[in-house]
Amino acid sequence: MINSIWAWFTDPANWVGEDGIPHRLLQHLEYTAMAVLLAAVIAIPLGLWVGHTGRARWLVSFANSVRAVPTLGLLFAVSLWLGPKIRGDLAFTIPSVLVLAVLAIPPLLAGTYAGIEAVPPAARDAARGVGMTSGQVLRQVEIPNGLPLLMSGMRSAVLQVVATATVAAIIGLGGLGRYLIDGIALGDYPQTAGGAILVAVLAVVLDGVFALTQRRVVSPGLTGRRVGGRGKDSRSVSVEAEKPLTDAAPAPVARG
Amino acid sequence: MTWLADNWETVLTLTWRSLYLAGIPLVIGFVVSIPLGWAASRWSWSYPAILTTTGLLYTIPSLALFVIMPVLLGTKILDPVNVVVALTIYTVALLARTVADGLIAVPDDIAQAATAMGYKGVRRLFGVELPLAVPVIAAGLRVAAVSNVSIVSIASLIGVSQLGDLLIDGFNRVIWGELLTGIVACVLLALAFDAVIVLGTRVLTPWLRVQGARA
Amino acid sequence: MKRISSAVALIAASLLGLTACGSSGDPLASASSSPTGSASAGASGGPIVVGGANFSESTLLAEIYAGALKAKGIDATTKPNIGSREIYLRALQDNSVQVFPEYTGALAFNYDKAFTGTDPNEVYSHVQQVLPKDLTVLDKSAAEDNDSIVVTKETAAKYNLKTIEDLKAVAGDLTLTAPPEFKGRPQGIPGLEKTYGVKFKSFRPLTGQGIVQALKNGQADAANIFSTDPAIAANGFVQLEDSKKLFGSQNIVPLVRADRADQVKAALNAVSAKLTTEAIAGMLKQTDIDKKDPKAVAQEFLSTNGLS
Repeated sequence: MINSIWAWFTDPANWVGEDGIPHRLLQHLEYTAMAVLLAAVIAIPLGLWVGHTGRARWLVSFANSVRAVPTLGLLFAVSLWLGPKIRGDLAFTIPSVLVLAVLAIPPLLAGTYAGIEAVPPAARDAARGVGMTSGQVLRQVEIPNGLPLLMSGMRSAVLQVVATATVAAIIGLGGLGRYLIDGIALGDYPQTAGGAILVAVLAVVLDGVFALTQRRVVSPGLTGRRVGGRGKDSRSVSVEAEKPLTDAAPAPVARG
Repeated sequence: MTWLADNWETVLTLTWRSLYLAGIPLVIGFVVSIPLGWAASRWSWSYPAILTTTGLLYTIPSLALFVIMPVLLGTKILDPVNVVVALTIYTVALLARTVADGLIAVPDDIAQAATAMGYKGVRRLFGVELPLAVPVIAAGLRVAAVSNVSIVSIASLIGVSQLGDLLIDGFNRVIWGELLTGIVACVLLALAFDAVIVLGTRVLTPWLRVQGARA
Repeated sequence: MKRISSAVALIAASLLGLTACGSSGDPLASASSSPTGSASAGASGGPIVVGGANFSESTLLAEIYAGALKAKGIDATTKPNIGSREIYLRALQDNSVQVFPEYTGALAFNYDKAFTGTDPNEVYSHVQQVLPKDLTVLDKSAAEDNDSIVVTKETAAKYNLKTIEDLKAVAGDLTLTAPPEFKGRPQGIPGLEKTYGVKFKSFRPLTGQGIVQALKNGQADAANIFSTDPAIAANGFVQLEDSKKLFGSQNIVPLVRADRADQVKAALNAVSAKLTTEAIAGMLKQTDIDKKDPKAVAQEFLSTNGLS
């Protein structure tokens, strides 16, 4: 079994052309980027607004219940509904990216909201005390303080999308999911296993990139706030910085 | 909605199947993640090791795991046990980290006070630390439950029958009533799991309820 | 401690209790209902599970076979939606299913990639030769369901297409859609190239309804759709003639485990005797276009033909 998987990876035919690994990897990255960006454009401003003004908290609960929608069902429904309305190859990409974006909104929204919410009240008061306006408080205090949890949410969302984009191959999306679906249909299990390994590697690499970004972007003075309070502080710093894949509080990622 | 009226028995049968195919891994996964999470919280050198491994397992696409299971377990190709084991792996991957972080977040002074009162080792874990970690763990459990219900529907693609069947047949024969019923049933099932867990949390943390009332 | 254990017990009990009061038997058993006392004549040998693949015709045939077996007093259930041939062949071999509706040509090619026969009887006897020892086929029916290449009415008019050979000149600008297996199968894309010199510009793998939708909505120019699929007539598609018989003969035939053949052959051979292409096409129209329940449609076929 391991031998045949290795053989699949080392076969030069699998590295060229439309079905080749580089092309599929690139496609998968493109879809992930599009979906996460779309989700971010909606979820981050929304999360900032809900966290900053404290209004419409029900939006966060509602977004969390969106996680309950089965990926497969949503993909089938949107593809049947939008398929006739879209010309050409976009008819496969647009429904999938939309569904992936919708499913990436909950972790992003939750992370953004939790980040802003967890900003210590003392910091907010101090900011108001020195005369900052509401907008300045948001930009100069809340967002920087909320970054760790926001980045957590972002990493969850990316993991979610990378994993779920594989299922979208069933309605015609390209990317690494093709290896899974086609491998199963053809009984070519080395192909399926190879695809699975590529997805896992991609997820790990992307998470690593975000971890590095987090280390750069988050102010060194922050340890990252968590539910439950103090705990063993020195351990918490290294834990937050290392943070392998899924995030801890407030709500870990739901994959599909 | 005439579809639902004509087929509600089938929907109920399939809902039962989704319920235990998603629920059993939740219970087993939860039980398995407690010692794992405890080990990660107790010995800080093991934290990255355990959580990186579980994190990696979480990135394996569900279809691939379903298909590889018979090879690894020696089970028959269509055995639902393949799905149960795969989902248990995902549940453990998610919960190990949550349990670890929940236990780490228990304040030091409380742990020390408990030791001073005579709680040691396992008794302290189950008597003091786990109850205090319940809110964090429950949050993870809720996400795991919802996630399991969604992933289990994918198992229909390889012939394991549950609510996902409605999605596939509804799509293949373009029966919107069936497709939408399948989606709604999955959502309701996930929300039901969620409600049970929230209820259980409330039962287990009476001190939080008292705080709320006072405030 | 007490509170935790009682709450955990409560949650675990409610989850497991709910599973226990679910429907029949052990939820984790792969075969369906439990075979308690099917004692009527001809029922020796235990329960039968009839598998089906993930397209309507297979589901329908599985229901027909199961219904016919039940009429003869055999405890039969169906297990549909087994999407890949690899998977259901394994299921037959590990005894998760005992009967599966199959097609003579597809079976012949599956076990002998070099086979090129097209005569129905030739294909059938070849299948009997190349099957593994633990599997066998019963009588074949006259009903056939072939792969076919289908285009929309507009495309056929635009390029003046009547046979698959007519595609040779224009395929280089066209997209084909088919199930993923079509790419690797000998009578799939390789066969189109070898037999007809037809090479499409691109290939879009899709499943089930996705294929019909892609052809209908213009995301694909040609599609591989089964010849009995009612979507062809319902959408005014044009089926291109397979003049060189690339897709061979595909008679519907029950593939069964050798050790259960004696138990099921009476019932299933009777079905095969009555199954015709027109009957199948008519039934599929009822399940796919009129959205009727396959079980009900199968039952009607059985009673009309004196098999129930």
